[in-house]
Amino acid sequence: MRRDIFQAIADPTRRAIIALIALQAMTPNAIAEHFDTTRQAVSKHLRILSECELVSQKQEGREIYYSLEIHKMKEIDKWLEQYRKIWETRFDQLDEVLSVLKKEQK
Amino acid sequence: MNNLLFDFIVDKSAKTVFVNKQFDAELNLVWDAFTKREILDQWWAPKPWLSKTKVMDFKVGGHRFYAMVSPEGQEHWSMQEYIAISPKTNFKFLNAFADKDGNRNLPGSDWDLNFSEENGITKVEISIYNESLERMEQMIEMGFQGGFTMTLNELDNLLETLKK
Repeated sequence: MRRDIFQAIADPTRRAIIALIALQAMTPNAIAEHFDTTRQAVSKHLRILSECELVSQKQEGREIYYSLEIHKMKEIDKWLEQYRKIWETRFDQLDEVLSVLKKEQK
Repeated sequence: MNNLLFDFIVDKSAKTVFVNKQFDAELNLVWDAFTKREILDQWWAPKPWLSKTKVMDFKVGGHRFYAMVSPEGQEHWSMQEYIAISPKTNFKFLNAFADKDGNRNLPGSDWDLNFSEENGITKVEISIYNESLERMEQMIEMGFQGGFTMTLNELDNLLETLKK
């Protein structure tokens, strides 16, 4: 199943997890301590984040550490920037249309 | 762009995009530009795309059925249903992708547009609520894949070259 990056950030708990591990790599237990939820629920969120390639895992001894893939987060910003540009272009065109209409009115 | 206001704010947690823009024109003109098909089609699609309105009935319960036409002639249809209209102040519509026969592909996005004028400058405040951000992504992919983005990138490159 293809997971979508926007699905990853749509959930408030997942956004909180992202904010946490953006600072440092953490184990699932350490992450779960920050939430009023079960370890299983946190694992499920981590699985979804992994499937979206927003987090990566690293084995250290018996522990698995999760860290944030910063470049993936940047993809979101890049995409939003495109959307902003569409509006910018659209409004440039409207500015022109309005100036023509203004002249016609006079 | 001139020095008039242009804000583009994405609130991911509220799933809402806010677009605010000031225009150097009086309210009557700006209102017409957003609500009359012959003017809308002149600016709604970012060039080289074209906006082609097939049906537009600007009243509550009415629709605007239009296509964004790519430079290759590919048509991406959308249906906007007007939910509320307060002349020269506000209007709201539900926007959804559609097929060429006007069958809507829900869910869509809720648009709310506010208009106000001060000293001959008209401000338009738009909020677009999307049930899913995924759909917003689709909006870009469907309408503006390839051609449009490429044009913008080319423009950026050109501007960079000119600056040097």
